[in-house]
Amino acid sequence: MTDAPLTAPSASLGRTGKLGSVLRGLTAKVVPVLTIVAALVALWYLACIPMNAQQSLLEAERAEIAVTPPTAAERRDTGGFSLAASNPGQAIARAYAQERPRLPAPHQVVAELWDTTVEKKVTSRRSLVFHAGITLAPTLLGFAIGSALGILLAIGIVHSRVMDLSVMPWAIASQTIPILAIAPMIIVVLNSVGVQGLVPKAIISAYLSFFPVTVGMVKGLRAPTPSDLDLMRTWNASGLRTLVSLRLPTSLPYLFASLKIAIAAALVGAIIGELPTGAVRGLGARLLAGSYYGQTIQIWSALFGAAIVAALLVATVAWIERLTLKRMGLAR
Amino acid sequence: MSGALILGTWAALWGLNVKLAGRGFGRWASPVLFGLTLLLLWEMIVRSFDVPTVILPAPSQIATALSENVPTLWADFVQTVLKGALSGWLIGCAAAIGTALLVARSDFLRRGLLPVGNFMAALPIVGTAPILVMWYGFGWESKAAVVVVMVFFPVLVNTVAGLSDNSPMQRDLMRTYGASPTQELRYLRLQAALPFIFNGLKIATTLALIGAIVAEFFGSPTVGMGFRISTEVGRLNLPMVWASIVVAALAGSLSYGLIAALEKRLTFWHPSQRARR
Repeated sequence: MTDAPLTAPSASLGRTGKLGSVLRGLTAKVVPVLTIVAALVALWYLACIPMNAQQSLLEAERAEIAVTPPTAAERRDTGGFSLAASNPGQAIARAYAQERPRLPAPHQVVAELWDTTVEKKVTSRRSLVFHAGITLAPTLLGFAIGSALGILLAIGIVHSRVMDLSVMPWAIASQTIPILAIAPMIIVVLNSVGVQGLVPKAIISAYLSFFPVTVGMVKGLRAPTPSDLDLMRTWNASGLRTLVSLRLPTSLPYLFASLKIAIAAALVGAIIGELPTGAVRGLGARLLAGSYYGQTIQIWSALFGAAIVAALLVATVAWIERLTLKRMGLAR
Repeated sequence: MSGALILGTWAALWGLNVKLAGRGFGRWASPVLFGLTLLLLWEMIVRSFDVPTVILPAPSQIATALSENVPTLWADFVQTVLKGALSGWLIGCAAAIGTALLVARSDFLRRGLLPVGNFMAALPIVGTAPILVMWYGFGWESKAAVVVVMVFFPVLVNTVAGLSDNSPMQRDLMRTYGASPTQELRYLRLQAALPFIFNGLKIATTLALIGAIVAEFFGSPTVGMGFRISTEVGRLNLPMVWASIVVAALAGSLSYGLIAALEKRLTFWHPSQRARR
């Protein structure tokens, strides 16, 4: 409704009608998303004031400006909202430039992100790109192993009734087990037998990305209609030929849908896998080091770094999906 | 020698399973037999190859640790599952469904929130654990907070998608009946959304346990499943670690089963719930 006057003129111009409809589609998609994001950022800025009020008033007191409860001891048990309400000027003015705020403002996080990605050399230990690269290696290795195993298991389940009956319930049940909880154990145990570095983290990533792919592929490999399967049978096609020519192509949309879940899960696995090794390198290590030393801005920038990496990975899979499905004529 | 014995046992049990799968009761007997096979092989491998307890304890050792430490494990269960995960799950799901009911009233908000929510649901939200532990302290409140944040977006996205899953024809029918907006919500939209909501709730149960346990790695009182796992790993007391994992797995499967049973009761009309063939 709101975007009609913007695009209506170009839509009526005959030859540019297509451009107009594309533009209109884009506005219909982008404007609501941008509004929501803007609202979230505004909410975040507002939340900074009460969250950081304690520290703001402490700084104001040190700068010898009168605040109401005058001493820190009296302020300790007062909530952030009432502190901000009784000293609005100081709380607002000092909420956004603190060294170690309880809740950093968005621009502080963005500045830290910019500083640690663009300003630092990629090989520097203070560069977030360096840490993201460390985390990315086990993510991708684990994702590759996990998806390959998941596809193989799905093929087995679809072709063998025994495997379907006996393995599938356990595959579903294993999803209800909080597997991330044993991640530290895997790391420590493998470390004690002398396996270190990439492999233990990749195992956790592989385990996490394994089940979405299995479940999705079982669904996908069973997606061909009975009439398609009958047609293959009238051609006297072998099981392998049916798999290659009919089942695998039909399962592709399901495969890509589960690959997107799997790669995000693999990243979470790699990040958690870094926690127990004592916070040396990687995005998880940045999170842990930040929480040890109270460097909130560092935690938030690592968190957003991880979010950006996750978004890029999912977008890459989505891009490959679009290319493949288009070539196969399956695009919607 | 022992390798041949293990392979023989495996082949025999698998053969039995193949026989079972053909029968009518194979639907439940087959997975049970498969699980027993795995446990038996695990025990045999550990015993015959003298695998150190530090690497992989035998199922019998885990069972012993489980039965000897019932009070400790129960205290951990209460702290992590009942206080942390359950309260966080309840708050998170209630907030998400409430927000979804508000959002679904406006098409503009729905179109804006779905992509953002989908994006947030794919993020490594566990990473907020150190921040929330810093804000809410080491007690169970911070674990509940992590669970709320983790559970919120999957449930929100599913509920919003579900609330719009009805056809114009159905809405027109409600209008011809003269239904008020509340009645339309109660009898059409919420009913149609239930399969989606349950899907979100199922995802949320697993996430809630993960969130509560992982948050304890960043700081906890001296009780809790995450605390137990990380300290006992440090002492290389692996049977106890596995006993904690068994408790976590049981809690996860049971809560998932409860939700699934409730789903079966409330959405019996949905194609996915009807008996096959």
